This record gives sequence, C-alpha cells and structure tokens, in this order.
Amino acid sequence: MKTPYDVPSSVIAVAGLHKHYGKTHALRGLDLAVPAGTVCGLLGPNGAGKTTAVRVLATLAAPDAGEVRIAGYDVVRQADEVRRRIGYTGQHAALDEGITGRENLRLLGRLHHLGGREAARRADELLERFALAQAADRLVRTYSGGMRRRLDLVASLITRPSVLFLDEPTTGLDPRSRNEIWSTVRELAADGTTVLLTTQYLDEADHLAGQITLVDQGVVIANGSPAQLKELIGARIEVQLADAGRLEVAARVLAELAGGEPETDADERRVTVCTTTAAVGLPQLVRALDSAGVEALDVALRTPTLDEVFLTLTGSAA
Amino acid sequence: MTAMPTTANADATAATATATAVTRRPLTDVWALTLRVLWYYKNSPGLVSVSLAAPLAMLVVFGYVFGSAISAPGGENYRSYLMPGLYVLIAVNAVMPSMVGAARDLERGMTDRLRTMPISRGATLLGQALADMFVSAVVLAAMVGVGLAVGWRAHDGVGRAAAALGLLLLLRFCLVWLGFYLGLLCGREEIAAQAGILVFPIGMVSNVFVPTAGMPAWLRAVAEWNPVSCAAAACRTLFGDSAGTATLAWCAAILLVFAPAAVRKFNRHGR
Repeated sequence: MKTPYDVPSSVIAVAGLHKHYGKTHALRGLDLAVPAGTVCGLLGPNGAGKTTAVRVLATLAAPDAGEVRIAGYDVVRQADEVRRRIGYTGQHAALDEGITGRENLRLLGRLHHLGGREAARRADELLERFALAQAADRLVRTYSGGMRRRLDLVASLITRPSVLFLDEPTTGLDPRSRNEIWSTVRELAADGTTVLLTTQYLDEADHLAGQITLVDQGVVIANGSPAQLKELIGARIEVQLADAGRLEVAARVLAELAGGEPETDADERRVTVCTTTAAVGLPQLVRALDSAGVEALDVALRTPTLDEVFLTLTGSAA
Repeated sequence: MTAMPTTANADATAATATATAVTRRPLTDVWALTLRVLWYYKNSPGLVSVSLAAPLAMLVVFGYVFGSAISAPGGENYRSYLMPGLYVLIAVNAVMPSMVGAARDLERGMTDRLRTMPISRGATLLGQALADMFVSAVVLAAMVGVGLAVGWRAHDGVGRAAAALGLLLLLRFCLVWLGFYLGLLCGREEIAAQAGILVFPIGMVSNVFVPTAGMPAWLRAVAEWNPVSCAAAACRTLFGDSAGTATLAWCAAILLVFAPAAVRKFNRHGR
C-alpha cells in the first residue's frame, strides 16, 4: 500500500505521525495527504489529537516518530523553509490587543521581511479586501469576537502562504461571523491556497472541505469527500404515526426503502430506521407511506450528528 | 496562483535547500518587534506615567512621611540618600511587566504565531527587551528630574552620573530577561501578575530605604547580598554621595542564566 508520503501531488504529506505529551499518547500513527489547492477538514471530538496534529504540521511541536512534509520540506530539519510557506491561525486570536489592527498586520509583514513600506501596503490591501478598513485604526482590544477572528485569519495571509492551517476557526462565533470566516476560507481556496482546518462541527467541514478526515484518539478513522462519508454513515429516518396499529406496515415500508433494520416503539407510536443509501428523499418517503395507507403525523429525515458518526465508526460515544 | 511544488520534485529542491541556509535577518526582526512595543506605548501614553507612579508614591511615603523620622547615614539629607535607591527600583520594576507580557503573549497565542514565522531565534524577546530600554530611559530621566526637584544632587560630575544611569539601564535590561523567563514559566497572565507582586519585598529588603546596619544579622546578610542593594550602593558611589563591580557581576549572572533560559523556553513551549 502506498503511504500518503508517496502521493506525489500532496502539499501536506504526513505518514505514521506519533506524538506524546507526558503519558498522553496524543497521535498514534496519523496519516494524511492533502493535494495542492484543496481544503481538508480535520474533524474529531475534543482530545482527538487535531490541535496536536496542526501544531506539529506548523512546526510548533516536534514529532516523536513519523514523517511530516509541507510543500516538500521536512518540518523538523527544514523548519524555516516550512515557516516561509505557511500561515497559522491558532485557537485564540493571536493579536496584540494594545496596538491597532493595521499595526498588527504591519508588524507581521515586517517580520516576514517585506520591508516597512511593502508591509504597510500589504496591510492596507488586506484590510480593504476583507472589509476591515473601517476598524483598521482602532485598538484590537475594542474589536468584537468575530472581528478579532477575521483579523487573526487575515494576519496569516500577509505573505500569501501556500498552506494555511486553521485550528477551530469558528469555535465560539455567532452565525454571522462564522459565515464571514467561511466565505474568507472559500475565497482563499479559490485562489489556490491549500487549507487544513480542524473543526468539531460536521456542517463546517461539509460547507468548506472537499476532503474530510475523521480523527479519533490520534488516528484517522475515515477519510473522504463529505458525500462519501455521509454514505458511509447514512441518515436516520423517524416516522411518528397516528395509529399504533399501523406500526408493522410502516416498518415494512421503511425497510424496503432504506434497506436497514427498522426499530419500532409502540408506546411512542414511532418507527426509526438508519439508511445507508443517501438517495432516500423526504417526498419519496411520504408518498410510500401514503400509498401503504399509513397516516404519519411527522416524518423526519435527519443527517447524522457528529456523535452518531463516531458511534458508528468507533463503536463508542465521542 | 503559481503551481504548488509537488512532494516528488520538491524533495530534490528541499534537499539542496538544506545546504544553503535560509537567509535570516535578525536586525530586521529585532527592530520590528521593538516597534511593536513602541506602538503599544504610543497607543497608551498613560502607561509611561503609570510606571512613574510607583517610584513617585515611594518618594512621598518614604521621602516625606517616614523620612521625617529617619536620619540618613553621615547626617546627610534622607531624600538625597533615598533617591538613588528609587532609581534602582525603576530598574527592578522591570520584572513584573516583562513577566506579564511574556505570559500574555503565550496565553493568547501570539508566541505560537511568532514561532510559526521564519524569525531569528531570540529576536522576539530581544526586540521587546530593547524597546523596554527606550521606555525606561524616559522614565528614569523623568525620575532624575523629580530627584533634582526635591534636592538630590549628583556630586561627582556628569560622567560618573551617566555611568550610574547606564548601570541602572543595564540592570533593567538583565532583569527584563529574568521577567521573560518567569512569565513563560507561569504561562498565564493572571498567575504572572500575582507572582510579579513578589518582586516588591525584594526591593524592600535592601538598603534602598534604610541602611542595612540597623537590621538583625540574618536579614542584614540577605539585604547586603541583594542585587538591589549592590546597585543602590554603586549608584550612591558614582553619584558621589558616600563599588560598581558587584552590580556588574550580578547583571552578568542574571543575563547569562535567564536570557538563554527564556529563549529556550520561548522556542520549546508545547513541543
């Protein structure tokens, strides 16, 4: 079998990555391959090892074993080469609160050796492009949470990095700020930046990532496009009946449609089934029940929650 | 967007890149990080006056309240005795803000961000230490102005007085590194701020406010070996009121231990 390290077009190539923190074995042989210009979502519960993985990839933590290459450069032996090509946005808004937004960007530009004038020009350009110009000369201390995260994200773009690491970029944000971050990430991906983002939210990965890698206890447990993963896990159909006497009929209809083993609950007059075929639609479901003479009070087709994904894939709760 | 190098062909370029090291520009890095702190003070000019507030309060409390009942050695004016000590306290006060600053950067992820950038090793902390020099020079000058206003004089000429002020800035520079190390050790702003208060008694158990001669023997030993006392004694000598080598030794010792320790801690956090 080819290891991800052998995949020729991978900008992020990780093979057999191990990392201990004291007695905690945070990463237990993580493999990952992200092709150039794509967005990969590292999805997993708290403590899965997502942040540790990103810290190793961004040269902040040293791997105990395994091979990690970013744009072809080894994160241990060629850390500086890696650092020239990456942008990193951690879980906290890593900004100096006592200086203005514009000054924060200028500082980072200077540290990337753009020179004072070019750093200033690039800061202005980014502030304009990401709708932060109005607040540019206010102290970051006065920014809202959403603005901070946006500036934080923009701050990692000073040098047009070819690889961008985002560690839980929307955790704790309101829906509007979350959407702003999402559209920024989409724009970057459209420009050709390779993005690796960690998230606890399935819908975030679904919206942004072409590739989702599910991580649990330091290893990858599933990897694929959002559609592939949904197929793997399936959806859940719940039907609430008017008449408990029709439970058997409803169960037969659902079994036929979804191909799973339905569960009936007589007290609640409810039939539940997990579908493995992603093609079952709500209208189709309602029509089938209707023609079988089943009166349904409520029909729900639910995409799985992250908990259910992990329950299915690991056999234990997230 | 240009095409991304692929792992296969970038391997070859990466291998040759190992030999030709990345060009580092330590001076550019240090200057950028110096600017960061100067911008910080520019945005909050009040901070400079705050760092003057503590020594001024000490001047009022000790120079005028307690000072009315304290007689200085050799019958000189107590405030003339006190002032060099207060100048030293300005140097000693470096520890707390540098502790808090280092811990804050660590806690808020600024340290992580800087470490993912191709910045020279140690440039971040050195930049902050140099910026602190600019600010402390202003604070120290203001305090000397206050000293002159309350009757303190440098009796041994401008050269020796300048040497004393230089010694104080050197001491402050060294103590800033101690602060960085302790701040990185604390790791959290809140802890650093509370631990930083412990610097206060270190300033008190010294010859800054009263001569050590009247203290109990065990405390006198502590007070006399306190680098704060050495520095105050050195300044008094240089100002011509009543030996600088001990202070220089202290400075060297502090810097040699804590500058490398702080840089190491900065670069290894969470590795």
